Amino acid sequence: MRSIVEKLGALTIRLIREMGRMVNFLLYAVYIMARTPAKPFHTIKQVHFIGAKSFFVIFLTASFTGMVLGLQGYYTLAKFGSEGLLGSAVALALIRELGPVLSALMVTGRAGSAITAEIGIMRISEQIDALETMALEPFKYLISPKLLAAMVVLPLLCSIFDVVGIWGGYLVGVKLLGVNPGAYFHEMEKSVEWKDVYSGILKSLSFGVIIAWICCYKGFNAGHGAEGVSRATTAAVVMASVLILIWDYFLTSVLL
Amino acid sequence: MIRLVDVEKSFNEQVVLNRLTLEIPEGQITAVIGPSGVGKSVLLKHMIGLLRPDRGQVIVDGEDIAFMGRRQLNRVREKFGMLFQNAALFDSMTVFENVAFPLEEKTGLSSAVIRDQVHEALEHVGLTGVDSKYPDELSGGMKKRVGLARVLLLNPRIILFDEPTTGLDPIICRATHQLIKDTHARFGFTAVVISHEIPEIFDISDRVAMLYRGEIVETGTPAEIQRSDHPVVRQFINGSLEGPIHLI
Repeated sequence: MRSIVEKLGALTIRLIREMGRMVNFLLYAVYIMARTPAKPFHTIKQVHFIGAKSFFVIFLTASFTGMVLGLQGYYTLAKFGSEGLLGSAVALALIRELGPVLSALMVTGRAGSAITAEIGIMRISEQIDALETMALEPFKYLISPKLLAAMVVLPLLCSIFDVVGIWGGYLVGVKLLGVNPGAYFHEMEKSVEWKDVYSGILKSLSFGVIIAWICCYKGFNAGHGAEGVSRATTAAVVMASVLILIWDYFLTSVLL
Repeated sequence: MIRLVDVEKSFNEQVVLNRLTLEIPEGQITAVIGPSGVGKSVLLKHMIGLLRPDRGQVIVDGEDIAFMGRRQLNRVREKFGMLFQNAALFDSMTVFENVAFPLEEKTGLSSAVIRDQVHEALEHVGLTGVDSKYPDELSGGMKKRVGLARVLLLNPRIILFDEPTTGLDPIICRATHQLIKDTHARFGFTAVVISHEIPEIFDISDRVAMLYRGEIVETGTPAEIQRSDHPVVRQFINGSLEGPIHLI
C-alpha cells in the first residue's frame, strides 16, 4: 500500500516538475523573442515551412470537411424544412470550431512533428551544444523564429481553411443537393458575427503558440539516439493535439 | 586557469564524477585519458558549463562557473572553443556557412573579410575546395578539420577537444594529432584533449591525467605517466585484460 502511495507521489512530483520546466521554456522563449528579435531570414524560412508547405494539406482537409458538413447539415436541416440555413450552419461550425482546431491538428501532424525531429536531431548530434559553446543563444536561432512563424501562420491557415470549407459546403449543398445559392450566402451573412471571426482567429493564434511550444520543447529535451528523437516526436504530436483540444474547450467557454 | 575542485556528478543514482579535483595549466596541452564510459566527456562538458555539477567548484580564471547565470556563463564561454566528438557541424549548412557562422553572428566583419578568414582557416586545417559541400558529404576526419577551423576562427584562449581522433584510421589519427600540436604551437591556447589513443596522445601532450571511477587517479607528464606503477594506469597503458579495470 505504502509503495503505491510512494509511486503515486513520485509520479505527481515528476509531472509537476515537467510542467514547471515546460512553462519556464515558454517564458524564456517569449523573453528571448522580446529581447532579441528573431532573425528575419530564419523566421521567413519557418513561415514557408510551417505555412506555405502546409497549404495543400489544409486545402484538402478543408474541402472535404466543408463537403461533409454540407451533406450532414443538409439532411439534418431537411428534417425541419430549414435547408436554407445550411450556409449559416456550415460557416458557423467552420469559423468557430472546425477551422481553428482542424487546421491546428493538421499543422501539428505535418510541421510540428518535423520541428521536434529537427531540433531533436540537433540535440543528439550536439549541434545545440555547439551553439552554446560559441556563447550563442540557441533559443534565438531555433525557438523564437518557429514560435513567431507559428503565431503568424496559424491564423492565416485557419482563414484559408474557413474559406475553402465554406466553398466545399457550397459545392455539396448548392450544386449537388439543390439548396438555393442566395439563401446559402444570405443566411451565412446574417448569422456570422465579427465576434465569431475574431474568436476563431484568436484560437488559431493560441494553437500556434501551443504547437511551437510543445514541439520545440520536446525536441530540445529529446533523449538519446534515434529512439529518443522518435519518442520525442510521438510525445510532441500527442501532447500538442490533446492540449489543443483541451485549450479549445476553455477558450470556447470564455469566448462564447 | 581551469580548476575543478571536489566536483560531484551523478546521473540517475550513478556516480560519474566523485569529488574530482583537477587543475589544467595555462598554455599547455593536457590530455585526459581513461577507459570508455568513465565520464571523460562529462568532465569536459563541466569545464565549459554544458553540464553543471551536483556539488563542487569549476573555476575558470578565478570565477566559479558551476552555478553561474546564463548571461555570465556566456561571457566566460567567449574564452572557449570546443571540438566535439562528431564535430557537431550544422547539418543544414555548407562547410563555408558552418565556418563563417560564428564570425557572422559575433563580429561585425564584412562578408569579404569573413570569406578570406574562412578560406584561410580551412587552408590551415588542410581543406580546400570543400566550401559548398554539406557535412554528410565529408569523411569523419574532414568533419573534424572543419570543426577545428570553426573553433580557431574565434581565436579562443582555451580549446576543449572531445575525442578528436575517435573513429579515424591510424594515418588520419596521427595527422589530426599533428594538426592539434601545430595549431597549439602557432596560437598558444590552453588545450584539454580527451583521448584513448595510447601511446600517440603522449606525443602531443604536456600533461596527462588518468580518470577512473569518477576520480583522477594519476597526473603527470607523459613520461611520468608511462613510468607510473599505479595498477589502473599500467593496465590501461598496456591494454591488458588482467587488472583492476573491469570490462563492462
